[in-house]
Amino acid sequence: MTLGARDVAGAERRVEPIIELDSVSVYYGETRAVRDVSMAVQPNTVTALIGASGCGKTTLLRSLNRMHDLTKGARVDGRVLFEGQDIYDRSVDPVAVRRVIGMVFQKPNPFPTMTVYDNVVAGLKLAGRHRRSELDEVVERSLRQAALWDEVKDRLHTSATGLSGGQQQRLCIARSLAVDPAVLLMDEPTSALDPQATARIEELLAELKKAVTIVIVTHNMQQAGRVSDWTAFMHLGELVEQGPTDQIFTRPQVELTERYISGHFG
Amino acid sequence: MTARLLTGREHARRRRRRFTDRLATGLVVLATLIVMTPLALVLVYLVGRGIGSINLAFFTQLPAPAGEAGGGVAQAAVGTLELLVVASAIGLVIGIGTGVFVAEYPGHPLVPTVRLLSDALIGVPAIVMGIVAYALLVVPLRHFNGLSGGVSLGLIMIPYVVRATDEVMRLVPTMVREAGFALGLPRWRVILQIVIPSAASGIVTGAMLAMARVAGEAAPLLFTAFGNQYWNFDPLKPVAALPLVIYTYSISPYDSWHRIASAASLVLVVFVLVTTLLTRFVFARRAR
Repeated sequence: MTLGARDVAGAERRVEPIIELDSVSVYYGETRAVRDVSMAVQPNTVTALIGASGCGKTTLLRSLNRMHDLTKGARVDGRVLFEGQDIYDRSVDPVAVRRVIGMVFQKPNPFPTMTVYDNVVAGLKLAGRHRRSELDEVVERSLRQAALWDEVKDRLHTSATGLSGGQQQRLCIARSLAVDPAVLLMDEPTSALDPQATARIEELLAELKKAVTIVIVTHNMQQAGRVSDWTAFMHLGELVEQGPTDQIFTRPQVELTERYISGHFG
Repeated sequence: MTARLLTGREHARRRRRRFTDRLATGLVVLATLIVMTPLALVLVYLVGRGIGSINLAFFTQLPAPAGEAGGGVAQAAVGTLELLVVASAIGLVIGIGTGVFVAEYPGHPLVPTVRLLSDALIGVPAIVMGIVAYALLVVPLRHFNGLSGGVSLGLIMIPYVVRATDEVMRLVPTMVREAGFALGLPRWRVILQIVIPSAASGIVTGAMLAMARVAGEAAPLLFTAFGNQYWNFDPLKPVAALPLVIYTYSISPYDSWHRIASAASLVLVVFVLVTTLLTRFVFARRAR
């Protein structure tokens, strides 16, 4: 099923989803952590995956850019279509997948041996692009997009580990944006940050979705309500309900969703 | 709870605990002292015996004929450095390569075997490595040579470097690697340009310690590098080394040679100590 995205006027309009999941299951050895999930992600929107700890939302997120390839014993079943192409198809290079579908992690993880500048351009430089003028431009653009430029423009060539946690996380966002991805997956990107830094990143998302499609995992329901256009609620590895965020939060169709939203468990 | 409210039984228990605590601390300190004593004794003895013979000539002149005063062991000091260069070329390249392999490809079917063999190699006596180098390089060439000595030391270095590299690479958090993968970087680039630089200080420390470890080896050199009383920069001819000087001079009947042996020992011990301390110091500071 393809869900329609709403334009500014609020009218329904059919758009091709950028990512479609077709009965995706993820296994760790014998354990099935994600069960038969089908859903669609609309371009230039923020989709929130919510659910109690251990419900499989992070596992599902990591299946969207083949991060499970790196985990021993992990296996993905079903199809994940990016712009109509199955990213798990034999002919697809996982490295190419991750270049278009970037990821920001739960804890800020800048490269410890690199400066702020080098962190931002790491993806480009290590892919062999070295033209100084081009790199300078990318650094400024990405850091501005991540709302970090003003804070670090005078310390671009100092170690990235000297930044505060919130700054490091925005640096990681800038680093992901620098390679110009189509989709950005965010795995609880604010759970290690204080409320102020969290607010900055939340503000950022509204701006970022103009350029990229965002899928964000969060255990914070208020956050999902504030930042997302679409919400998918997961429970015990299954997708219980998905829909426009305001609908999920005000008129959930499934009782389990309602109970989770109103704080009865999780 | 204040002491005032303790019953007699609790008082007794407290006293017993305090006694056990002190006894354990005392034993641990004692054990430490026992460990430190030989090191201190060796240092004091070598300084006392050897320091008098360490002068400019020691590092610049060739040995004087037996019985005559003066002379040095310059050819052995330089020879040891030559051997270490050859040893490092083998030990570091193979050792770091293997270490990276076992740390970064944990799912590979060969890894458990490689790790086991590498650990077993640590237990192989140095002299056995000498025999290997002897069979490989001395027998075919029909004469002792420096290259075989360097190779034997290199073989000894390998497992130490593998273990050090493996351990420090595994200390690099998975999330740093994942950050690289999430940028669409291929695995080899993530390893080469993100993980190895993050572990570099540890790898260098391991490399230096392995070099320090083999710098003092005499046994494998006895029938490979063999030793030399004269200058020789040809790796295919016998090469001198400080441990060989120590061996030959210590069992000689001349007192002047005994003193030179002590001086050579002192030089080696100081070299190892300084290398170890320097790597610790430099990298402890950089890690901060």
